[in-house]
Amino acid sequence: MSKKPLHIKTPVRYLINALLFAALLFGGRVLIAGGGVSPFYVGIVTLAGINIILAVSLNMATGYLGQLPLGHAGFMAVGAYASAIFMTRSGLDPAVAMPFGLLIGGLVAAIFGVLIGIPALRLKGDYIAIITLGFGEIIRIVLLNIDEVLGFPFTYGAASLKGIPETSTFFNTFLLVGVTCFAIHTLMKSRHGRAILSIRENEIAADSCGVNLTYYKVMGFTVSAFFAGIAGSLYAGYLGILNPSNFSFMKSIEILVFVVLGGMGSMIGSVLSATVLTILPELLRQFAEWRMIVYALLLILVMVFKPSGLMGRFDFSMGRMLENIINVLTGRKTLKGKGGKTNG
Amino acid sequence: MSFWQLAVQQLINGLQSGSIYALVALGYSMVYGIITLLNFAHGDIIMVGSYLSWFALTSIAPFVPLPVAVVIAIAMAILGCMVLGVTIEFAAYRPLRKSPRISLLITAIGVSYLLQNTAQKFIGASAKMVPYPRIPSVNFAGLTISGVAILCIAVTAACMVGLTLLVKKSKSGKAMRAVSEDADAALLMGVNVNSTISFTFAIGSALAGVGSILFIIAYPQASPFMGGMLGLKAFVAAVLGGIGSIPGAMIGGLLIGVIESLVSAVGLSVWKEGVVFAILIVMLLFKPAGIMGKPTTEKV
Amino acid sequence: MKKIICIVLVVMMAAALFVGCTKDDKKGEETIKIGILGPHTGELAVYGLGVKNGATLYLDQVNAAGGINGKMIEIIAYDQRGDDAEAVNAFNRMVSEGITGLIGDVITSNTLAVVAKATPINMPMITASATAASVTVNADGSVNTNVFRTCFIDPFQGMKMAEFAGEVLDATSAAVLFETGNDYAIGLKDAFVAKCGETGIEVVGQESYAKGDKDFKAQLTNILAAGPDVVFLPNYYEDNGLIVTQAREIGLNAVMLGGDGWAGITDYASAEDLEGSFFCSAYAPGSTELVRDFEARFIAANGEDTLNMFAATGYDAAMLLVAAIRKAEKSGSAPASDEYKQAIIDAIRSEGAGVVGVTSEGGYTFDEFNNPIKDAVIMTITDGKEVFYRMF
Repeated sequence: MSKKPLHIKTPVRYLINALLFAALLFGGRVLIAGGGVSPFYVGIVTLAGINIILAVSLNMATGYLGQLPLGHAGFMAVGAYASAIFMTRSGLDPAVAMPFGLLIGGLVAAIFGVLIGIPALRLKGDYIAIITLGFGEIIRIVLLNIDEVLGFPFTYGAASLKGIPETSTFFNTFLLVGVTCFAIHTLMKSRHGRAILSIRENEIAADSCGVNLTYYKVMGFTVSAFFAGIAGSLYAGYLGILNPSNFSFMKSIEILVFVVLGGMGSMIGSVLSATVLTILPELLRQFAEWRMIVYALLLILVMVFKPSGLMGRFDFSMGRMLENIINVLTGRKTLKGKGGKTNG
Repeated sequence: MSFWQLAVQQLINGLQSGSIYALVALGYSMVYGIITLLNFAHGDIIMVGSYLSWFALTSIAPFVPLPVAVVIAIAMAILGCMVLGVTIEFAAYRPLRKSPRISLLITAIGVSYLLQNTAQKFIGASAKMVPYPRIPSVNFAGLTISGVAILCIAVTAACMVGLTLLVKKSKSGKAMRAVSEDADAALLMGVNVNSTISFTFAIGSALAGVGSILFIIAYPQASPFMGGMLGLKAFVAAVLGGIGSIPGAMIGGLLIGVIESLVSAVGLSVWKEGVVFAILIVMLLFKPAGIMGKPTTEKV
Repeated sequence: MKKIICIVLVVMMAAALFVGCTKDDKKGEETIKIGILGPHTGELAVYGLGVKNGATLYLDQVNAAGGINGKMIEIIAYDQRGDDAEAVNAFNRMVSEGITGLIGDVITSNTLAVVAKATPINMPMITASATAASVTVNADGSVNTNVFRTCFIDPFQGMKMAEFAGEVLDATSAAVLFETGNDYAIGLKDAFVAKCGETGIEVVGQESYAKGDKDFKAQLTNILAAGPDVVFLPNYYEDNGLIVTQAREIGLNAVMLGGDGWAGITDYASAEDLEGSFFCSAYAPGSTELVRDFEARFIAANGEDTLNMFAATGYDAAMLLVAAIRKAEKSGSAPASDEYKQAIIDAIRSEGAGVVGVTSEGGYTFDEFNNPIKDAVIMTITDGKEVFYRMF
């Protein structure tokens, strides 16, 4: 019992995670290419991937930064339209245009993130919810009516923007899910991440410790918007058609529900709850009108009995789990000391 | 019709819809003031109130004289909303009193979805015509002023005065103000916090009931999803006027009604909501506490 | 205690994930699967449920009479909440469950999303309510040959009503109040205004409102100030009911005109307010024996709640699809196979005319863009009843 517990070094942990993720990605690709999976399941899984990016990116602003934005669908819409307009007009081959489309979607959303974030984040608490809700609705109304002002078809408004190349395959989507999770995880582990967390914990204390509040708030908000834009681009490439009515205030709420139900500040919580809440409604589809009643009850029950969300602030780490398993198996550690520490 | 007649007419149109927003905003504002909850289910309480009116006027009306049916409808709507509001607070919000505010918000959204979808499932998806008796229009100086508009403005003003008296003069009003200031301190001073919160919900929801009656007289259709937009607009009105302030809610509501009416009048009705939200944003940036609100500083 | 409940909730959610996956297809008797897709919850539910209940009514009736060629129809009805992504998911699921044809989608935007997935696999679909021309014709002029509809397309009715206003009502000026963001209303409005221009009716006001609006007085006051002979309301009946009521309230007494979205309006405005209004329609409630029979059975099965024009066109869509399937059965190929689907499409194109529906007494003929050519009737409202006025 005197042996020192094994500690897996960070690069090794990253390698393990990367290998597992690659196995998942290519495994899925082979399975789908083999034709064993119906387009329905591929579609659902892809949509789950898009929702994961939305949830993880909103978790950045809500869970880590501690703000309450209610306009995430607005950023998603901006990204979706920017990328779709580029993809349909560039004349490039979709496979070539796709990375640029994604980047444009993300960047345009990020620009909106800065523009909205600077004024909005001066406010506190619920007022941020209200102001972002307002911005989200304005974005939707503009997308719906801009063509009349411009005098030429741009977003096609209520008539829907059609013919977007369908580039959001399972592989592309989940590659970006991986990139998003990795980027946000790494950011949160960095110096900047700690500054962001300190704002969530106590704004005044963070300020007095020399954390530049405005800078880090806007940064967190912009990163969140950037990935929402990426998710929007993927959404456009998944459906092949865009209509502003899909980006209403209800959509923002839906994304917020992913985050809160999963546990604010828990990435694994966001991932799991986005996945479950994408698949669950599909399975409940045959219950028709009861479906939404069940969904509403589930929301209330989870919140009443587990207000911090299903996963709380717990975060899962593959490396830590391996460590624990090895340590227990080799007798370096007893089962008692196990269990993940909370990770903001 | 001269330009001025047209302008006055449009102003009256705006005041009518604005006074309904104001009444709903009052309830919103009270609930926010006491437990800082954005009560997304408030609009749906109005929906339930409208269905109660519909039920009374279509199912009870055949058996009693019309004036009696109207009185029953009004009573049912107000009392029903009151009971519903208190029940929601007790069942869904009270267990979360010490939880993060965002969890409370999600619960409110859950309640809203539940009310909407239950109404759709059990009452039906199509709108129901609610046959309150017609209020005659008044002709004055070449203008046709709808009776509904006069009624809405009068009732809202009366409610505002009544509510102000209640909050400022009565003992329970004092308790409400104390709880909204600092619930823990109020508890130490012997205020029953739970019953005060219930009382606030009862009053706020009763106002929603009154709002539902005016709404349904002005726009006689009850449908499962009618509360969503109405609630959102009322909420914007409450914030614009200064959340927690009674005259603020009134001013905010009337302002939004008039702005919407004017924006529609100049032919920009599709941008109406955009303009409302834009004004809200500008307002928040320059005076976050709203028109009548007092600025607060966060304490360490 | 809380922990236990929390665990139970998690397990419930996880368990639900696997419920759907373990469902086995019943082998043995062969069925013909028909999908019905639309918004059955949310703000658009009243339209989606109308189509669903109307179509289901007919399909159940076919099953009760022994099915098609001895095969029973299996109805797969899915809700999509009015969301494009959900509509596509639900459609993909129907395809994976082996549908042969689809009745849906309901709203134009959702339908466009579904069409984009249905056309590549040549899935026959009949929409009962998506009125935009772009549903069957793409921007490059190509036709989605697998997509049909049982409703009018937008321009037709707008033109008819403008002609009616000029020739029968001798109107010289007109105003329009329409819902923006609604393809149906915009389509009718554009056609009406264009035709007014040709026939010399002056359009003195074009006012609009956004979805969900309940107060139209500002726009109506403007129209009142312009003083038109007729006011054209190309929206759905619930909004139109509010508009007519408020128009009379502020003293606007012009003749009100509308499209087939008016069917059912008498439940939403008073008889005196509606008196003397005209609208063009294919579904005339209570007009013929066939229609009365449909209405009686619909109410017996679903109540009056969703008995609207969408229920009628949904019923017709089911009738059309079943007639085409009967024809395709003769080809001898298996349901849901490619040949079978093509046979259905061919049958709708050629045999559609043989179907006499509740909204098309003269049968269904389709033009080169797969739009039905049906007679329009002009309805008027007298004493709170929608009555046949004349053919036009």
